[in-house]
Amino acid sequence: MDALLHQVLAGLATGGIYASLALALVMIYQATHLVNFAQGELAMFTTYIAWSLINAGMPYWAAFFLTVAIAFVLGVVIERVVIRPVERAPVLAVVVVFIALLLIFNSVTGWIYTYTIKQFPSPFPEQPILGRYLSSHEAGAIGVTLVVLALLYAFFRFTPLGLAMRAAAQNPESSRLVGIRVGWMLALGWGLAAAIGSVAGMMVAPIVYLDPNMMGGVLLYAFAAALVGGIDNPWGAVAGGFLVGVLENVLGAFVIGNELKLSVALVIIVGVLLVKPSGFFGRVQVTRV
Amino acid sequence: MLLELKGVHAGYGATRVLHGIDFAMGERSISALLGANGAGKTTTLRAICGMVRTQGEIRFGGEDIRHRKTEDIARLGIAHVPDGRGTFLHLTTEENLRLGAYARKDKPAVARDLERVYGYFPRLYERRRQQAGTLSGGEQQMLAVSRALMLAPKLMLLDEPSFGLAPLVVRELFGILRTINAEAGVGMLLVEQNAAMALELADQGCVIETGRVVLSGSAKDLKQDDAVRRSYLGY
Repeated sequence: MDALLHQVLAGLATGGIYASLALALVMIYQATHLVNFAQGELAMFTTYIAWSLINAGMPYWAAFFLTVAIAFVLGVVIERVVIRPVERAPVLAVVVVFIALLLIFNSVTGWIYTYTIKQFPSPFPEQPILGRYLSSHEAGAIGVTLVVLALLYAFFRFTPLGLAMRAAAQNPESSRLVGIRVGWMLALGWGLAAAIGSVAGMMVAPIVYLDPNMMGGVLLYAFAAALVGGIDNPWGAVAGGFLVGVLENVLGAFVIGNELKLSVALVIIVGVLLVKPSGFFGRVQVTRV
Repeated sequence: MLLELKGVHAGYGATRVLHGIDFAMGERSISALLGANGAGKTTTLRAICGMVRTQGEIRFGGEDIRHRKTEDIARLGIAHVPDGRGTFLHLTTEENLRLGAYARKDKPAVARDLERVYGYFPRLYERRRQQAGTLSGGEQQMLAVSRALMLAPKLMLLDEPSFGLAPLVVRELFGILRTINAEAGVGMLLVEQNAAMALELADQGCVIETGRVVLSGSAKDLKQDDAVRRSYLGY
């Protein structure tokens, strides 16, 4: 029983990280109806930036917030420079651009920082809290995730800019007619998604260690999370993230063993697509023909 | 002149729809664009808003706006109530209205305009927290007109505001449009199938056939014109 509780709590911690990255995927998906395959590598790259800043002697939290800001700017710049020219291109062309970004970020990071695995510090103290069930980094990661979610909710729900971003994602043409600069809203969305991703990267790095391929697995879990929730539903993505995190940990520990953990994500992805392609919280798109 | 079009050509891809539209309307006036389906009425409105590729000259308050982006044209004070109403279906009624005022910085005036719009359409106030997609057709049309009003426009482009509405609702809506024009001095360019109603509301009008203006004049003259009467008024 103790062991199960421990696995569930640890699952919630990693689940929060999956939830953040899934949320970043959903944000881009809502605006463009495309899944950004490079989201994970972008998060990984910005985590390396944080590592450099910390190694240069910057205090952790200063490096954390500076990294989030850098990630935001990087996201905006990528949208303006790389994505914008293919805005009207066929879907496959854009997907190829995403995959190119994935490879570029992966290789450039390997080239700059080498493929040697690095330790990434946690800002939270060593000793576990909640007895022996939860390390303080895990508890901290859950806390950070919840703060990010609350901030995002407040931004989209209560600010005019957040409202305009929702409007631009739903109905670009009407948005232009009320004076919303839709192109910039897309760029802002990319910036926010990259910023959320960087938080996920910095939270997961102390657990999986820092290396250029660290986000591969995480991105797969995030895909599974986004699909479980319905790829167009932010709340679903968050719920899906926590669910996938817990399932992965519990099944990994007690049922299929740690080596097969990643296949849980794949089974979830295939299963959801087969049984309920719109996800469990998603909107079913009906088109009259 | 509030709005002037000179030799405006426009189309979609290889299909040319407008073949040189000439048209002008003054400040605070109401103009009606009449014409059969496919004549180019909607495309004329879309050309004014920069939503299609155009040639020619489009002036708003004397300024050439043809090369401007749709969002910048909206910010100049042209509010377009598009074909199909353009409602943000998943947002609430009030969020739709707040989006209408997105480009404005004068918060107290926006709050006053929100009150004013709710005054015109009390039904929208009752449904302000409801998802706009759940409103009835008539309510959505009221919402579309209200959203345009929230821009505090100098000119409103109305694309078939009567479409799909019960005659009583149309009468109510047109009454409010007249009030808005009289109270706030908003110029209106109205595209309508319902020519009788449109000419009732408008000061002047013009008839478009296959992308050209074939007839224009005061609403009174148009109502008495034999060709207009036979083709568009149906008696």
